[in-house]
Amino acid sequence: MKETKSGADPLTGQKWKKPPFIASPWLRYGLLVAVVVYLYWTFNTLPFNWDRIAEGLPRAARIFGGAFPPSFERGELMWTGFKESFQIAFLATLLGVILSIPIALMAAKNLAPLPIYLLGRGLIILSRSFHPVIVAILFVAAVGFGPLAGILTLILYSIGFVAKLLAEKVEEIDWGQMEAMRAAGAGFFKTLIYAVFPQILPRQIGLSMYQLDSNLRASAVVGIVGAGGIGSTLMNAFGRYDYDFAFAILILIVGVILVSEGISGWVRKKIW
Amino acid sequence: MVEQTAELTARPWTRYSRKERWIRFAIYFVTLFAVVWAIRDIDIFWPWVWDAPTQIQNLGSRMWPPEFEAWSAILNAMLETVHIATLSTMLTIFIALPVSYIAAQNTTPNRLTLWIGRFILVSSRSVNTIIWALLFVAIFGPGVLAGILAVMFRSVGFIGKLMGEAIEEIDRRPVEAMEATGASRMKVVLFGIVPQVMPAFFAIVILRWDINIRESTVLGLVGAGGIGVLLQGSIDTFAWQTVATILLAIIGLVLLGEALTSMLRKKVL
Amino acid sequence: MLEISNLVKRYGSDAPVLKGLDLVVEGNTVVSVVGASGAGKSTMLRCINRLVEPTSGSIQLNGRELVNLRGANLRHARRKIGMVFQGFNLIDRLTVMENVLAGRLGYVSLYQAMTRKFPQTDIDRAFHLMDRVGIAHYANKRADELSGGERQRVGVVRALMQEPEILLADEPTASLDPKTSEQIMVLLQSLASELSLPVLINIHNVSQARTYTDRIVGLRNGQMIFDGTPGEFNQEALDAIYGGIEAPDETGGEEQPTEEAQTP
Repeated sequence: MKETKSGADPLTGQKWKKPPFIASPWLRYGLLVAVVVYLYWTFNTLPFNWDRIAEGLPRAARIFGGAFPPSFERGELMWTGFKESFQIAFLATLLGVILSIPIALMAAKNLAPLPIYLLGRGLIILSRSFHPVIVAILFVAAVGFGPLAGILTLILYSIGFVAKLLAEKVEEIDWGQMEAMRAAGAGFFKTLIYAVFPQILPRQIGLSMYQLDSNLRASAVVGIVGAGGIGSTLMNAFGRYDYDFAFAILILIVGVILVSEGISGWVRKKIW
Repeated sequence: MVEQTAELTARPWTRYSRKERWIRFAIYFVTLFAVVWAIRDIDIFWPWVWDAPTQIQNLGSRMWPPEFEAWSAILNAMLETVHIATLSTMLTIFIALPVSYIAAQNTTPNRLTLWIGRFILVSSRSVNTIIWALLFVAIFGPGVLAGILAVMFRSVGFIGKLMGEAIEEIDRRPVEAMEATGASRMKVVLFGIVPQVMPAFFAIVILRWDINIRESTVLGLVGAGGIGVLLQGSIDTFAWQTVATILLAIIGLVLLGEALTSMLRKKVL
Repeated sequence: MLEISNLVKRYGSDAPVLKGLDLVVEGNTVVSVVGASGAGKSTMLRCINRLVEPTSGSIQLNGRELVNLRGANLRHARRKIGMVFQGFNLIDRLTVMENVLAGRLGYVSLYQAMTRKFPQTDIDRAFHLMDRVGIAHYANKRADELSGGERQRVGVVRALMQEPEILLADEPTASLDPKTSEQIMVLLQSLASELSLPVLINIHNVSQARTYTDRIVGLRNGQMIFDGTPGEFNQEALDAIYGGIEAPDETGGEEQPTEEAQTP
């Protein structure tokens, strides 16, 4: 250490301590105390129903006992559920991605004039601010139970993600290509087609694939609040204490998600 | 030169060769077919679709203006939501770190532990928080505990996977140097690995806390505590103006969480 | 004939970049514009095809005023002004042919542009020009697979596809190695006489300006301080343009970034 510079001192007997991760001792111990106090406070104020929790273990045993072996008997019902989830995810991705393109162009600072930019950003922020499950509940309340609410929810979900990242990509494009097209006398749309789209196309395809995968996952979740698909089937099975059927659905959901993640990753790697 | 046109025969040019064009058409056709199939087959009552904009507008108008009478209950529920997110993130760390250690190829003791680690991560990640919540509500009854456990079970996969990747990317040499000094396994980890993954660790935990706040807002919809319980209750009783207030509160919380995490990130990294 | 008179450009409320510039370019002369970085060369060139909006003044191309044009009129005027860029500004992910045909975007319909169904006359013209500069065999290659010199040739052909009445070149050789940049300069010089096209070249490299152009214009701080033939361009003029700013690139461009940086 640097203390060795003072050569007059004998080198032996010097003390060395690891410099602490957080320099100020006040902050260091303050944080520790804060964590302890926080834990104490939350455990005292949060409404834990200990009696009910105590029943947990036997209940868990009953549920898992009921769940084994998983029952694939009602394959028909499962197939309809999964098919509907696929349809919801597919249609929502398609519509969401198509809508995302104009919104992304609106929300790109380098292309859009300020009022349009703010509108585009506003649309993106609006579609991102709520968890899809909350959006789904509202759509179910507005347009009724079923896949329509699911599609609407996931369109919004897709816009929030795809449009945001696409807009960032548009803001990063090489401006020289824009200049070259404008110098050739191309109008706005021709400039878009030649100078902007080729530059964002790989990102667009990658995002679409990612979003399809992500919508498929989400469609299983929004179904739980009544927006159609396999999630609704799962919720019904849980509601009727059909644990063996529910467990079978869960296993299939995990399987389908893994396969879809694999496919989407493979396609994205191919195209990139 | 351009005037020499007559001497040179016209050379046609098309962007795509015949084969490429056929492939393109095939892709278009398959997509179109899938769209038509999905639209015809899906169980949608079409008059509702045309009616949807009016219905949505209708719902919107019923929410206006937001009603703030229940603000103290909402505030309490928000606090509960934050607690669920924070507690579960804290507790997750203790599970996720060992799991990431055995799920990283360069630190795992043997093949069996590697696969156990990966199995834990995959099963945690592929089940959504809400589905975990459904399960834990069934076991422990509705309440905060089910919510905390649900968020934890989902976060283990997230933090574990990213930490595992961080561990796999570390510089091998300091670890080798530590091993060469004859240090025990634990000491090697402490001196060779921990300092290298520290920044990644903080970044990941902060990121997950932010995500967990969002996730915690919906847990209540299946009875697992937090603001969602209140939201579901207000929707069930058609108290739309209260619903609007809750939605505003959620936006506020999410924005607050985002601001806080970006501040923390700057401070820590 | 290009006539610039009293051209002023001011960004925001800063001091003007161009302070009342006058310039006349006639016939098929190759004019080089020299000056230190920030002298206003690039701004002047971009004012001509209105990539930069002039603050005041007048620019006339063959008797047509360019400064007040908007919308379709502006686009029609731009078709007649070809431009070659320092960074080539090719559309990397499209083929060479598509890049070349992009020079016709001001002429074809949106549908033709979208489906790449360009008229056969355009395609013939593209092949002839590509033959002329020696890149016809790359027609179906992606633009980013080419080397720097080849990319700049694509850029030149794209500009010529517009059937321009004047060619602007903004530092066309600054991203190329010395040998390739000489080749591009030779190309520009010979194309100017073949097509009887006036060419305006912004250039940093004074020795290339002397060798390959008919007339040299020197800018400093937004004002023209030299206008004459390469023979008249002596040490005194050089000092007036660059004095006290930086050493000019007298010998041949060793300091220029080489094309390795450009090719993927």
